[in-house]
Amino acid sequence: MATDSPLAHQDMPKATRRDFIYVAGVAVGAVGVAGVAWPVINTMNPDQSVLALSSTEVDISGIAEGSAVTVVWRGSPVFIRHRTQAEIEEARAVPMADLKDPQADQDRVQEGHEQWLVMIALCTHLGCIPVGESGEYDGWFCPCHGSQYDTSGRIRKGPAPKNLVVPPYTFLSDTAIQIG
Amino acid sequence: MIKLSTIIAAAVLGLGLAAPAIAQEGHESATIQRQSWSFSGPFGKFDENQLQRGFQVFREVCAGCHSARLLAFRNLEEEGGPSFTEGQVKALAAEYTVNDPTVEGGTRKALPSDRWPGTGQSDADLKAAFGIVPPDFSVIAKARSVATPTPWWILNYFTGYSEGGPDYIHALLNGYQDPPPEGAEIPEGKYYNAVFPGHAIGMPPPLSDGAVTYAEPAEGGVAVPLTVEQYSEDVSAFLMWLADPHQVARKEAGFRVLLFILLFAGIMYGVKNRLWSRIH
Amino acid sequence: MAGHESSYNPTNVVEKWLDDRLPIIRWSKVHLMDYPTPKNLNYWWTFGAILVIMLVSQIVTGIVLAMHFTPQVNLAFDSVQLIRRDVNGGSIIQPLHAVGASMFFFALYIHIFRGLYFGSYKAPREVLWILGVIIFLLSMATAFMGYVLPWGQMSYWAAAVITNIFAAIPIVGDPILQLLRGGFAVDNPTLNRFFTLHYLLPFIIAAVVALHIWALHVPGNNNPIGVEVKSERDTVAFHPYYTMKDFFAFVVFCIPFAWFAFFAPDILGHPDNFIQANPLVTPPHIVPEWYFLPFYAILRAIDFNFILDSKLLGVIAFGGSILILFFVPWLDTSKVRSGTFRPAFKWFYWLFVLNFLILMYFGAQTPDTPVGPWTVADVSKLNVVYYFAYFIVILPLLGRFERPRPLPSSISEAVLTEPIAVSGADPAMPTAR
Repeated sequence: MATDSPLAHQDMPKATRRDFIYVAGVAVGAVGVAGVAWPVINTMNPDQSVLALSSTEVDISGIAEGSAVTVVWRGSPVFIRHRTQAEIEEARAVPMADLKDPQADQDRVQEGHEQWLVMIALCTHLGCIPVGESGEYDGWFCPCHGSQYDTSGRIRKGPAPKNLVVPPYTFLSDTAIQIG
Repeated sequence: MIKLSTIIAAAVLGLGLAAPAIAQEGHESATIQRQSWSFSGPFGKFDENQLQRGFQVFREVCAGCHSARLLAFRNLEEEGGPSFTEGQVKALAAEYTVNDPTVEGGTRKALPSDRWPGTGQSDADLKAAFGIVPPDFSVIAKARSVATPTPWWILNYFTGYSEGGPDYIHALLNGYQDPPPEGAEIPEGKYYNAVFPGHAIGMPPPLSDGAVTYAEPAEGGVAVPLTVEQYSEDVSAFLMWLADPHQVARKEAGFRVLLFILLFAGIMYGVKNRLWSRIH
Repeated sequence: MAGHESSYNPTNVVEKWLDDRLPIIRWSKVHLMDYPTPKNLNYWWTFGAILVIMLVSQIVTGIVLAMHFTPQVNLAFDSVQLIRRDVNGGSIIQPLHAVGASMFFFALYIHIFRGLYFGSYKAPREVLWILGVIIFLLSMATAFMGYVLPWGQMSYWAAAVITNIFAAIPIVGDPILQLLRGGFAVDNPTLNRFFTLHYLLPFIIAAVVALHIWALHVPGNNNPIGVEVKSERDTVAFHPYYTMKDFFAFVVFCIPFAWFAFFAPDILGHPDNFIQANPLVTPPHIVPEWYFLPFYAILRAIDFNFILDSKLLGVIAFGGSILILFFVPWLDTSKVRSGTFRPAFKWFYWLFVLNFLILMYFGAQTPDTPVGPWTVADVSKLNVVYYFAYFIVILPLLGRFERPRPLPSSISEAVLTEPIAVSGADPAMPTAR
């Protein structure tokens, strides 16, 4: 049911050079709309004050073996756990085949600082904070949907798909780290 | 046509299937007895004398560590609450100092329009002493509750049970056991409480018999015993008022509204039937 | 809209003048009053009108509350509590809005399940149904963002968990998550934008409701026997017959509404939401409001990897459980509309309702809660299977194998043989032949 618009008429035969101006008009208009829309949407992205909070320094000298502290980095909690020898051994004894998201314990800590486990304290399922020293694997247990992590913070059971995330961090000295 | 009974049957069946699950829903905590509060149920009202006593317990015992940032002194004279007189509230407020950067020295005596000034201790000190900052009491009675086992919680929707908070607080205050029962491991600096989740609570038993001396009852009033049981009831009632200070007025409005709705429903039923009788 | 005759005759000069320029009175008469409606609608059909009134009620109470609310993380919690303490009538308005959301969803579920039983989604009402699903989605988004505003513990963690769903999208998940939250975690920018959108969306819902009613008036109402209107004898005018019947139903609907709002305003909520949001403490047991529980149970039931990882699968199941409603008009192959005349369908339908209620119940339990020898996590997988099987397997196959009972030839015949059948109405206005 063709209407009587001039555009419809000219579409029927082969496209001619005169059509170019219509195509160009639509294309340039679309660019204009996108150019206006993106800055508007982009205002919703994290602003400068949020981005400024990118790194945190933490003094870890006061964390006794077998205990953990929670610090805040970029608005999210981060666990710093001083692991016992038994926990490290337990983590390293796990065969890779048992892991849902295989990763060796060695790859989750820094060499020479194996006792320090630094992880973003948000369950990789839907972002709740897991509870330490609990669950079937002596690591962390997420109270929201029942995900269980081992002493290396690796996912072992439950709906979470990934291991707890290790943020970028560096040892400034033996007693201080910088996260971010 | 769908019959209402079918739906109800389906609902009951559904909940029934799931019921065994709950029986276990693991509240290892002691069973919490529901108390008969003067303010429970649709007809409930606060007992002014009890609220005044509860306020005294709050002020003399709790307020040292627990803030109540939403409480204003003026609230204490409101109808439906403790109903202190204007003079009493003014005098009470004057006993406290509040920060006010616009006056010389930065502090002044509180006025009835001011809010409760807090504990006078820093959060850090409180955290060092108890392991956590003791929670603010403004809405604590709404923030605590008692789980009702399945399927009985369905009844709560019909009885309007909303007193889980005071029931819990009352049970908590009476739930301390010293020494702890056999097998309970309580870390250093914690106390055994049969009601608290996990049983190890940071708050030392706050009440003891005779700890608060109530004023002589007004003429015609009844003297109450100075016991933990009595204190805990009074302070729970006070906290319930504090959490929802206009609940009595709201219930009274509710009766007027329900009465209106019932009348209106009756009339509309007549209107509808009269109209439709032409069609049948 | 429908092209039936207008009985409107402007009686005075002003009306005539207006009618020539903007025939709004004529339009209202045609669509809001004379609209011919099947005369056998039952009370399940009154929930459409109830929903319209509830939407207006939510908008009105919401606007008043917005005048007293502060969308700032340090002040939001207190500002909601202070509404209940200091604002005139605030201790009633705030519960009316919070309980109103629950009542809205209660009515919405009945409205949806009524459509599913009586085949209201079938041709020629597919667009009507699709617009309804869009309203359902928008309502869920609005309710979710509204729940975040009091900034209690459940508010905060609901926002954290639900926005995190978007992180499951491969590759672009994280940028989208940051775009939604306005930061790396749920924080002040999140609260602020949720407030803005919570204020905006109800008006968009109202616009879609207008389209929904328009789409209703083109083919006209479905009815409990599912046989189309054949003659004027089958219909009555929307006003006063259904306006008054709907209004009666609404007044009755107000009884539980008032009961909860005045006598137990917080019983439908969660005590943890009276604790101010704390990003460093997760509540021991996060649960959404009751009306999201079935879908939450579906999200949670997928805790295993299968080609894709469990999180993405869970999110696909969660989204799919709602989006599948869009396809129901084409999944159901039966030629008979009303479930009343489909003996086998009835069984599967009520099993579906039961299954939905069980999912709702499971959504409130922790995954390791025992159910007989199994746990909620195990059994809810079966519930999820049935939920999807109903749409993907049962509806398409049933239409081929089921032998429906004979249909009455017209609404009038059904009414005469089945004396109970008359009643009910939808807010809309259909067309007559």
